[in-house]
Amino acid sequence: MNIDSVQKGLVIDHIKAGKSMEIYKYLSLDKMDCSVAIIQNAKSRKLGKKDIIKVENNITMDLTVLGFIDPNITINVIDNGVIIKKINCGLPSEIINVVKCKNPRCITSIEQEIQHIFKLTDKENKIYRCIYCDTCYDNN
Amino acid sequence: MLKGRSLIEPMDLSVEELKEILDLADKIVDNPLEYVDACKGKILATLFYEPSTRTRLSFEAAMLRLGGAIMGFSSANSSSAAKGESVADTIRTIACYADIAAIRHPKEGAAKVAAMSTDMPVINAGDGGHQHPTQTLTDLLTIRSLKGSLDNFTIGLCGDLKFGRTVHSLIKALSRYSNIKFVLISPDELKVPEYIREDILIKNGLEFEEVERLENVISQLDVLYMTRVQRERFFNEADYIRLKDSYILDMEKLEMAKKDLIILHPLPRVNEISIEVDKDPRASYFKQAKYGMFVRMALIIKLLGVEK
Repeated sequence: MNIDSVQKGLVIDHIKAGKSMEIYKYLSLDKMDCSVAIIQNAKSRKLGKKDIIKVENNITMDLTVLGFIDPNITINVIDNGVIIKKINCGLPSEIINVVKCKNPRCITSIEQEIQHIFKLTDKENKIYRCIYCDTCYDNN
Repeated sequence: MLKGRSLIEPMDLSVEELKEILDLADKIVDNPLEYVDACKGKILATLFYEPSTRTRLSFEAAMLRLGGAIMGFSSANSSSAAKGESVADTIRTIACYADIAAIRHPKEGAAKVAAMSTDMPVINAGDGGHQHPTQTLTDLLTIRSLKGSLDNFTIGLCGDLKFGRTVHSLIKALSRYSNIKFVLISPDELKVPEYIREDILIKNGLEFEEVERLENVISQLDVLYMTRVQRERFFNEADYIRLKDSYILDMEKLEMAKKDLIILHPLPRVNEISIEVDKDPRASYFKQAKYGMFVRMALIIKLLGVEK
């Protein structure tokens, strides 16, 4: 299958197979005025199968969420058809408005305008906790 | 530097800062008259979205004894929260009138939201079943005053350890002192939350055991911290009735305890400590209530930066 190579934009690579639509949603790519190609189940030496997202645009977006979804994801920043920067995501120390706190006793359950913020408290076990009530969000 | 800071949970304070506050509280206990004008011209707002006698009055007494003034509300119904105002908007408005605020709210994290919304110092006076740092300061001052140190003892925490915010705050604070053993006494349903067990006790390699019966462990304790099984923390009445009498301290159990045990309780008690225990010299919970006012005086002075 051929997808045109990106001249200027991003290639989000090494996405765990089946996770690309989740990322499409988290990054709100549907709301952006640019070409987006989603490649699912591409062959990968490292992962066996992987998803890839190509975004053609001069875009700025918060990509920290990608590390939360899958810390193995890599991002290639492309300009003039060549990779000018490679970013390995890793686990972000904080995620804002990505997931919601499920604790019914948390202040975020009654006040809608509060940002849902989770901090990484245990890197080894990928555990994030709500900064307001300490409830754990298990990202495994 | 504590001036201008907020206190949302015990870990907001370093061990050195805790010592600073407790040392000032000691000075106030020894010589209260020296501090009668320390907060003259300052206003403390007490924003209590749920009922409280001790904590609210203790804060208000503390400010009044420092020569400051107080304002606020004592239930959500008598504030704009009844009209749907957010905590953030309320605190921004109050910050126009007051110099410092103490907030109690039934939802966990409400005090943090308040502190994030203003530059005024905010003190968490209890946020649901989560944290209650000024009760912890009270507990630390009481233990240090009566035991002489915050190191080297075995503390039993008994009752509702799941929803008991005073217990969570106290374990967090004590986790930074040396050679403390925690004995956690509760029914299975009311054990400490997983974030306290995993992130505080296990992560810091602290010595602790979880047991079901007070009489089996009371003889090894230096400090016994009793808690109320709180009706308002239960989703269902049947569970509350089934568990509320599980852990009652009476003279029979107390006979097995050390002679220099100190018995603490954040109060109010319902029936978890028999009235007969009040006469025992080991009962320290009313002294603890008094220490609570002194330590809040010290905290207010520090956060306002008005120490001479």
